[in-house]
Amino acid sequence: MIEISDLTRYYGDLRALDHISLSIKRGEILGLLGPNGAGKTTLLRILTGYLAPTSGAVTAMGFSIDEKPLEIKKFIGYLPEEAPLYKDMLVYDYLNYVAAVRGITRERKTRRIRELTDICGLSEIMHRSIHELSKGYKQRVGLAHAMMSDPEILILDEPTSGLDPNQIVEIRDIIKVIGKEKTVILSTHILSEVEATCDRVVIINKGRIVADGSTAELKQSSELEYALNITLKGAEGQDVKTLLSPVEGIKEVRELGATNGELAFRLVCDTAKDIRDEVYGKIKQRDWILLEFTQEYKSLEKIFRELTKES
Amino acid sequence: MFMAGNVINIFKKELRTYFTTPIAYIVIAIFLVLTGWFFFSTFFLFGQTELRSFFTLLPIIFSFVIPAVTMRLFSEEFNIGSYEILVTLPVSLNEIVLGKFLAGTVFVAMMLVPTLSYAICVGFLGQLDWGPVVGGYLGALLLGAAFTAVGLFASSLTKNQIIAFIIGMIVCFTLTMVDKVLFFLPESMLGFFQFLGADYHFQNTAKGILDSRDIIYFLSATFIALYMASLRIQEKQ
Repeated sequence: MIEISDLTRYYGDLRALDHISLSIKRGEILGLLGPNGAGKTTLLRILTGYLAPTSGAVTAMGFSIDEKPLEIKKFIGYLPEEAPLYKDMLVYDYLNYVAAVRGITRERKTRRIRELTDICGLSEIMHRSIHELSKGYKQRVGLAHAMMSDPEILILDEPTSGLDPNQIVEIRDIIKVIGKEKTVILSTHILSEVEATCDRVVIINKGRIVADGSTAELKQSSELEYALNITLKGAEGQDVKTLLSPVEGIKEVRELGATNGELAFRLVCDTAKDIRDEVYGKIKQRDWILLEFTQEYKSLEKIFRELTKES
Repeated sequence: MFMAGNVINIFKKELRTYFTTPIAYIVIAIFLVLTGWFFFSTFFLFGQTELRSFFTLLPIIFSFVIPAVTMRLFSEEFNIGSYEILVTLPVSLNEIVLGKFLAGTVFVAMMLVPTLSYAICVGFLGQLDWGPVVGGYLGALLLGAAFTAVGLFASSLTKNQIIAFIIGMIVCFTLTMVDKVLFFLPESMLGFFQFLGADYHFQNTAKGILDSRDIIYFLSATFIALYMASLRIQEKQ
């Protein structure tokens, strides 16, 4: 659907993108993650034809962005960061204008605007001027703008920044619904967002792709720290250590502390083997009360930090 | 290359924006006060039924007023970032330039419409020779289009509207005045610099003489400025 090959972009001497290659399939919801200044926005801007790459090629739907930029723009709905809309226009006038530029016929236009009003929850603000809107509403108008022509590819630059938690959930739901049929590319630095919405995660740092895969794949592929957290009542720290240390697969039994006679431990494990059965079996032999028994994978956050930290 | 529909959509949006903000009304009011005052302050002294003094001053007034009309066309979009949205819609850069240019030119034409009342008033007072009036208005439209193109180019250079206004004004004012300062120049260059002067060509048409050289001058000035604006926003990518 979208093929990016060997894409490089310089701003003067600064290399914002460094030989990026990426292939995106139809129906994928792809999350672009990276620290500030990693090149996320630059990449999206090149995909939408706003910026030209210094070298490299982009094709979407079989069209090259150098040769047929207008054809590609017809398939792409784009919401830039901060939704920079015309301030002096009414919301209704603005959507009407976008519909006209998108070549939507007069008969379909009213229906389409009404649909988008429902999806994005705009009915209350249709006749307000855009500069009066709160950030959340502006973002929603921007989303309606991007979805106007029901595009095959939807590109959203930080779609949920500045929204309240309810709005974030709403927008995520909208994105998930669209993502069933269309391709969605969104950039964010909110990690939970990626876990909640995206099928695939691409992490970029300093203009390079440092990780690419589903969230589950990412968690497995990196040198995973896998741990069991247990809390016991009526146990002695030393007893627990001598009991559990011999279990094969446990690298370390770490005592986290005690409150009201409840002892918390963290069992750092190898990933290769599932040791939950064995650990539970051992604990059951004793007269301890098991209050908590949870497994913890290394979070996406840790992976992100490892991949993008300054070296 | 051009989709007329796209140009019209952009044109309509830009023209509508002029009238939903106070800019249009302020600029038109200032323009009418200036031209009205300059025209009628001497009109009854001379006692001539003609619009010559109106057309004599028009290029100078235009070189201040038109850059104020055009300064927002690109600068404001760059400043608030809506330019990014505009460019990623399925419209070509040339269609954007043309749509904005047409909106500016039509606005200038609308600004001239109330001044027709001067001609009508004068027509009641005596025998008005309509030839120079028609020529003058035609020239004013051509001049207005050329200055709008220059102002549009100035606006494409910066995201600061004030700077866009000043650049546009300097270029328009220079074009107006260049044939007035020819006495500084060696004789061999006179013809060339006189031909560059917008006022020189405008005053020809305002006499009621329709010379193809004057028309070609305005059309090529318009084209060159629009082409430069188009190059400028292409280079921005």
